[in-house]
Amino acid sequence: MTAKHKISPSLAKLLVRMFAGLGAFSFLLWLLLRGQNIAILHSKGPIASQQRDLIIWSLIVILAIAVPTVLLLYFTAWRYRESHSSSTYHPEAKTGKIFNIIIWALPSLMMLVLAFTLVPSTHKLQPNKALAAQKPSINIQVVAMRWKWLFIYPEQGIATVNYVQLPKDTPVAFDLTADDAPMSSFWVPNLSGQLYAMTGHINRLNLIANVNGDYPGRSAEINGAGFAGMQFTARVSSTDDFESWVETTKQSSASLDKTAYQTLIKPSENNEVETYYPVDGTLYADAVMKYIGSHGNKAAHTMHDEGMN
Amino acid sequence: MREFWLGRLTSHSLPHDWVMVGGTATFIAMFLFAAVILTRTKRWKWLWNDWLTSVDPKKIGIMYFLVAGFMLIRGGIDVILMWLQQVLAVDGSQGILSADHYQQIFTAHGNIMVFFVAMGFIFGLINYIVPLQIGARDLASPLLNTLGFWLYVGGVVMINMFFVFGGEYAATGWLAVAPLSGIDFSPGVGVDYWIWSLQISGIGTTLGAINFIMTILKMRAPGMTLGKMPLFTWASLFSMLMAVAVFPLLTATLFLQFFDRYFGAHFFTALGGGDPMMYTNLIWMWGHPEVYILMLPAFGIFSEVVSTFSRKPIASYTANVLGMAGVSVLALSVWLHHFFTMGASSDVNAFFGLVTLVISIPTAVLFFTWIATMHKGLIRFDTPMLWFLGFVTIFTIGGVSGLVLAFPPADFQLHNSLFLVAHFHSNVIGGVLFGIFSGISYWFPKIAGFRLNERIGRNAFWCWIIGFCMSFIPMYILGIMGATRRLDHYESSTGYQPFFIIMLLGGIVIAVGLTLQIVQILASIIQRGHLRDNTGDPWNGRTLEWATASPPPFYNFTVIPHVMTRDAFLDMKRLGQFDQQYEDILIPKNTAVGIYIAILAFLVGFGFVWHINSLVVISLIGIIIIFAKRAFSEDSEYTLRAEEVEKLEAKRIAKVPAHEKEVKSLADEEDMSVWDFVRYVITFAMDIIRNKKWKTW
Repeated sequence: MTAKHKISPSLAKLLVRMFAGLGAFSFLLWLLLRGQNIAILHSKGPIASQQRDLIIWSLIVILAIAVPTVLLLYFTAWRYRESHSSSTYHPEAKTGKIFNIIIWALPSLMMLVLAFTLVPSTHKLQPNKALAAQKPSINIQVVAMRWKWLFIYPEQGIATVNYVQLPKDTPVAFDLTADDAPMSSFWVPNLSGQLYAMTGHINRLNLIANVNGDYPGRSAEINGAGFAGMQFTARVSSTDDFESWVETTKQSSASLDKTAYQTLIKPSENNEVETYYPVDGTLYADAVMKYIGSHGNKAAHTMHDEGMN
Repeated sequence: MREFWLGRLTSHSLPHDWVMVGGTATFIAMFLFAAVILTRTKRWKWLWNDWLTSVDPKKIGIMYFLVAGFMLIRGGIDVILMWLQQVLAVDGSQGILSADHYQQIFTAHGNIMVFFVAMGFIFGLINYIVPLQIGARDLASPLLNTLGFWLYVGGVVMINMFFVFGGEYAATGWLAVAPLSGIDFSPGVGVDYWIWSLQISGIGTTLGAINFIMTILKMRAPGMTLGKMPLFTWASLFSMLMAVAVFPLLTATLFLQFFDRYFGAHFFTALGGGDPMMYTNLIWMWGHPEVYILMLPAFGIFSEVVSTFSRKPIASYTANVLGMAGVSVLALSVWLHHFFTMGASSDVNAFFGLVTLVISIPTAVLFFTWIATMHKGLIRFDTPMLWFLGFVTIFTIGGVSGLVLAFPPADFQLHNSLFLVAHFHSNVIGGVLFGIFSGISYWFPKIAGFRLNERIGRNAFWCWIIGFCMSFIPMYILGIMGATRRLDHYESSTGYQPFFIIMLLGGIVIAVGLTLQIVQILASIIQRGHLRDNTGDPWNGRTLEWATASPPPFYNFTVIPHVMTRDAFLDMKRLGQFDQQYEDILIPKNTAVGIYIAILAFLVGFGFVWHINSLVVISLIGIIIIFAKRAFSEDSEYTLRAEEVEKLEAKRIAKVPAHEKEVKSLADEEDMSVWDFVRYVITFAMDIIRNKKWKTW
């Protein structure tokens, strides 16, 4: 068995080619990424920033384990290759007890390190946890419909479709539910991770935005034909701008009563931005409660749990 | 009356848009072509007697490979369509597909790749190799095996059925989560095709798994204690145990969803007291272990390959087995990490995040045993080993991104994004598919009697690696940019388009790799004289599958070996202990029961899809009658006398030229290159045209 693999290039050549290829490819990707909104990295609020930092930190720790292991594997494969020398060949070589302990202990130890971050970060970044800030928080009720997002501002008495405006540095509590729509997922990656909007449930998502600007938001969960067009803009502005936007909206909008709601809820795709004033205050509770009926009180439970947290 | 016989099937159900009609025409053309060839060569009887009704796990294994191979191409075409759509459908443009059609394609892609490609290849390998590795002549229940295979084929036909009988496929994503898959949001037949395709093949999987557990536990060669079992067999055992644990869960979930859709029940509806979240839990309680059912056999394959090509026994055998055991137990308890974003409390999310971290410990142990096996070895880098190195690279990328996803707050950002899609493709392509490729190139000489062309195999390998990086590195980046999966259109201002273009180019490179693999097999057949292995043991193998001829006789072993150590065959070679005492062999008779039951099961599903109740009832009665008839039949085996075995064996040995009885040097320089192959094909075609050879056909 003295096969000579003439058809495969030498290792040095292979490595040069691989690194040249990867380098050129990375450069191309870097060029394409310049000036783009890399939403998860370009976080515009404390929640998204902490989530980003967690991603980067965990990535570094995991790579610190994975890269040496893989390099060791490559090195071993190269060191004991057939064409190298047969003098190092010891088919009877056995692994000892210590080796067996190490291969279990080492990854366990690393996972322990990760676990010590995982548990506290999960508690800290639980979406329904209220956020402390200087300014008082505002509440926005969100209804996922086929295939658009309805935002109701109960305190301001206005409502919008596929557009949401937030005051800067203010904690915002989104109460997510869905009406006559499959499970949808509410996601504004620049501001926070996503959470599901489901019929008969209220999922609360708290976030704060620190930087003015327009950020894309959308449903991240497949929910039917109009899924790709189910997107909205989240505009972050100063509190003053927010207040004046509320006033303008009040002056220039149609009312959202039960009849208008029944029209709105009909499936539509790539819906335009719409604004409403005044808004029937019972719409949101009705949208949630109609899925609960006599069969149970899931939403009530959800509300209760939030209170506990 | 019409409804009694045809249900809701009408002429409107027939395919009418161009993509569908194209698909339909292709399928019909393929069947006609096969039928013409079979008729011209008078092979119908041979096909039926020697293959379709066969209960020989080796033949069933090969049939699994063929079906799975075709489905790999079918699922691959879906990818190209999807990525082309994502390149074109920017701003106002609708691209080549409607949203609905695009969604059907990615749903079908997921189902086909998991159920009919990965499962098909894995079951094929287990069928072919496990009985040989444990020194068995056939399976515990040969009938169950053929039934399992034909139910799998029933699922394959069902998923492609809308091409022929029309309607549509599910547009819901591969797990068809409720309430999207409920009758309110998906009123068409698509989800019904989905339910019955998975139901029929899923029941086949459960039956197959029971059979392999019985076979591995009860039919090992004398002396092969559990502690001496080859690692691929161990991996298969764990995989099948998991399948028995979770596939009934899939069956039950599908039945509940079927009740909702067909009878108006409310298990998973939002109104009427149902709970869609229950569906998500149930489907992932099956869905997560399913991934490991595919992954474990691949781990087993890599253990065999690393050991053989390092020419050393596997290091820390016990740790390796315990590692696989750990993976299979833990895999049952991580399902919730697929929906951290559904709003569970932080305690629940943290628990499932932790278990997800823990599952990487036994996986890391497997990696360490492979490194220790290579340590002080004498390593050859034939294609099976190349696939192993490719696996190490890409699976690690998938593992690293998977561990990031294990952190619930990180998952809030990355869930449902293309980052997640890139993550599981790294694991499934790098792990499962490369494992399958490694296994097929490793065992090909056993199956065919000649090894595969190395040179083209290497070319294909590099195409896969380069294509993978081109496709999935941009996909990871898109996820970080906030691109969700399953977008059928988007705005150019997002900056996604250039990345989708690179992905499509990468997809084309992978397609070239896949084509080269087909070329590799064809070139190997052309050059089979040069590549032939008459020893049955081309790699200096260690386990029992190499102790018999290549391809093995239908009774697998002329003499059942006695196993002394883990590397049973290596020791037999070293000590020269080969028993020559022939004995009578009981051989199971071929049976068409599997095909008949599978056809009827398919008709039950088809009847339910189109609400043809008469068909359902008739088919169910048919199944019961066939089952009862078979259950009382005593005529299922025959005896092959020892003298006949001796004659067959003498005949086989006489065929081998004297100078080819030694192990050949495996120098690959003489292997055909791709260009040699192209030249060969051109010469061949020119010869036919110049000499008007078709006249003699």
